Amino acid sequence: MARKFLPQIATGNDLLEGDVVYFTEQGDWTRKHSDAVVAETPEQAETLLGAATLFPHQVVGVYLADAQLVNGKPAPVHFREIFRTKGPSNYFHGKQAEV
Amino acid sequence: MSQLINKTGFIEDDWQGEILPFDAFWNGQDLPEEEPFGVAIDVATDPFDLQPWFGRVDMIVIPFAGFADGRGFSLARKLRQLGYQGRIRAQGHLLVDQFRAAMRVGIDQLEISDDLAARMPEHQWKAVPLSDSYQSHLNAA
Amino acid sequence: MYSYSNFDAAFVRDRVKEFRGQVERRLDGSLTEDEFKPLRLMNGLYLQLHAYMLRVAIPYGTLNGAQMRQLAHIADKWDKGYGHLTTRQNIQFNWPKLKDVPDILDALADVSMHAIQTSGNCIRNVTADHFAGAAADEIEDPRPTAELIRQWSTDHPEFAYLPRKFKVAVTGAPNDRAVTKAHDIGLRMVRNKAGEPGYEVVIGGGLGRTPMIGKVVRDFLPRADLLAYLEAILQVYNLSGRRDNKYKARIKILVHETGLEELKARIEETFARNQTLLEPVDAGVVARINASFAPPEWDRRAVPDIPHLDAGFRSFLDTNIAAHKQSDYAIVTVSTKPIGGTPGDVTSEQMRVLADLAERYSHDELRISHEQNVILPHVHRADLAVIYGRLREAGLHTANIGLVSDIIACPGMDYCALATARSIPVAQKISEAFSDLQAQHDIGDLKIKISGCINACGHHHVGHIGILGLDRAGVENYQITLGGDGTETAAIGERTGPGFAYDEIVPAIERIVNAYLDIRESAEEAFLDTYRRVGAEPFKAVLYPESNKANAA
Ligand code: SF4
Repeated sequence: MARKFLPQIATGNDLLEGDVVYFTEQGDWTRKHSDAVVAETPEQAETLLGAATLFPHQVVGVYLADAQLVNGKPAPVHFREIFRTKGPSNYFHGKQAEV
Repeated sequence: MSQLINKTGFIEDDWQGEILPFDAFWNGQDLPEEEPFGVAIDVATDPFDLQPWFGRVDMIVIPFAGFADGRGFSLARKLRQLGYQGRIRAQGHLLVDQFRAAMRVGIDQLEISDDLAARMPEHQWKAVPLSDSYQSHLNAA
Repeated sequence: MYSYSNFDAAFVRDRVKEFRGQVERRLDGSLTEDEFKPLRLMNGLYLQLHAYMLRVAIPYGTLNGAQMRQLAHIADKWDKGYGHLTTRQNIQFNWPKLKDVPDILDALADVSMHAIQTSGNCIRNVTADHFAGAAADEIEDPRPTAELIRQWSTDHPEFAYLPRKFKVAVTGAPNDRAVTKAHDIGLRMVRNKAGEPGYEVVIGGGLGRTPMIGKVVRDFLPRADLLAYLEAILQVYNLSGRRDNKYKARIKILVHETGLEELKARIEETFARNQTLLEPVDAGVVARINASFAPPEWDRRAVPDIPHLDAGFRSFLDTNIAAHKQSDYAIVTVSTKPIGGTPGDVTSEQMRVLADLAERYSHDELRISHEQNVILPHVHRADLAVIYGRLREAGLHTANIGLVSDIIACPGMDYCALATARSIPVAQKISEAFSDLQAQHDIGDLKIKISGCINACGHHHVGHIGILGLDRAGVENYQITLGGDGTETAAIGERTGPGFAYDEIVPAIERIVNAYLDIRESAEEAFLDTYRRVGAEPFKAVLYPESNKANAA
């Protein structure tokens, strides 16, 4: 069954700090999901992944994740990606504490 | 091209003879009469099968297709345990970080690609301490 | 306790230096991420969901007060003030930065600790009975064996790049508290008919995707042959274990696919050859190891005969105390599982309290159990009341060992990059649902174990009630297994049927427990016994009432 294409963002973890980062339109990395650049077509997604994997000494484990647009900004879809934008649920640590 | 490494650092390849694939050799191909010759085994070779020829073989080449495949370490050690005393060369993808283990299982020299040698230059290999191991410590006779 | 020789100390420092160099070489481009990853894993460093995670080795779960205090220091200086005890008797820090890790490793080396081989496809930190050297039912102390294996397996040149991880556990008591049958190699210390000491060797146990109970490969292995036999098993595994599929790479699959008899023949053949080739273990090293585990000098004070009026203390004595070899001593298990807490988490404050208590009242020894609790192994009974008081001040007094809220839970999707669902909040909610300790006592012995993915770090297969969190079409879903057992009567739990949504899993567990209370023959019949008597059906009936009705119609 062909899956319906969802907008994609590119994400990974910062090599030095380990925290979750997202690829931006300017071609660098942000800690904020809402600042991620969004690929709207499969072709754009492929280009996005190619561009985002050019930073092996800055970001590791780069992959594409589903996103949805909320008020024009990308937001995560899968619960794993939602957790990655927040942090653990047992303590107020991680991104949720840094805002 | 490739780069050869042993305990002293990067070295020139002084190997002169033929290197036969183990399969051909095993299937009864004529062995070189006088020249020294080597055998290239693959990771599935049982060192036991090679034992009858230990006296005639001057070098055994063990392939490392990827550094994470550790079969070569067992093959080398098993060859030594079975009494092979000639040269053992490890060929392929091995890291500086595995040099110590390679020397300890009885590998004499490593042959890596020039690309890898450029990324991991000689001084990194020379900096690896080859000191005492837990295993030698346990058997301190 | 074992204390480092000059060789141990120098070795650990060298490894820290080496890792510092590896980090530098990763940053300067000498090492790619693919090459660096196994190197950092072999030093205990994972890249998890939100951050790096450092897993520190606590060999066979044994540490002293100074070491525990140093863990507290590390938690404060480089982490967020707490650590997480794991199901393999280790401790994890969830928030270190890559650049700080070499310094953390140096701080560990300062107290004879390290993070070597706590991850990666190598021989992992060896585990043992957490009551070793203390338990009344012990035949033989497993720690000298575990220490010998630690030394032999550390930086073993032949076995650092195995097909997959390799775990060894040792027990010296008939009651198996080390889950030896769920390890790649489980060693049970036994004696032969002539009374000579040796081991029963079990191989091919493991949980994960294909759970298997280990099989006996050697009934009796003389003690002196141990390392040669382990070398033989490892060499056969390294050369013939599958490398084409990581889910089929553990030795349990090799045992399964090759057949025990055939594999045993290969191991014995290799062993026979090794035996003549390997030099015997140096007697001096063995003697030094044995001497370091000599029992402490016992305190011969009288045990005061005063009635304990405090109800909290009485129930603590009921659940958290185990019989010691010395009748005037006790083994105290400190629960890291307060109602609603995160199983296995200990704050730096609590670590310091535990360090103090160990130094003052437990001959400077602490243990970590695979059930994620902390043990004071040698406590004089006269000191129990004082200890309870200190534990209560620190929030470490929960009297729930072995009860329904003494839950094992892996980090799950709150931390783990491999997770398919969360485990911690499920544990927290179950614990809250059964918050009444008196009711927990009525329910009795019940082990709930939760894993956040098929890798089964939470040992769910051997939980009396096991819970496995999965991702079903983008939603968390929890499967239940019943009847698992991780002890000497080991068994893999059976799946009940379809899974439950995140907000349905706790009510489902409550229904199981209520059904058990209804059908048990007496308060003495524990959950597992009832399950073994009646089977899964009565539990399925309460879990899936609709399908039951449909069947009846
Ligand atoms: S069981 Fe899965 S989720 Fe839990 S710690 Fe292990 S790998 Fe992570």
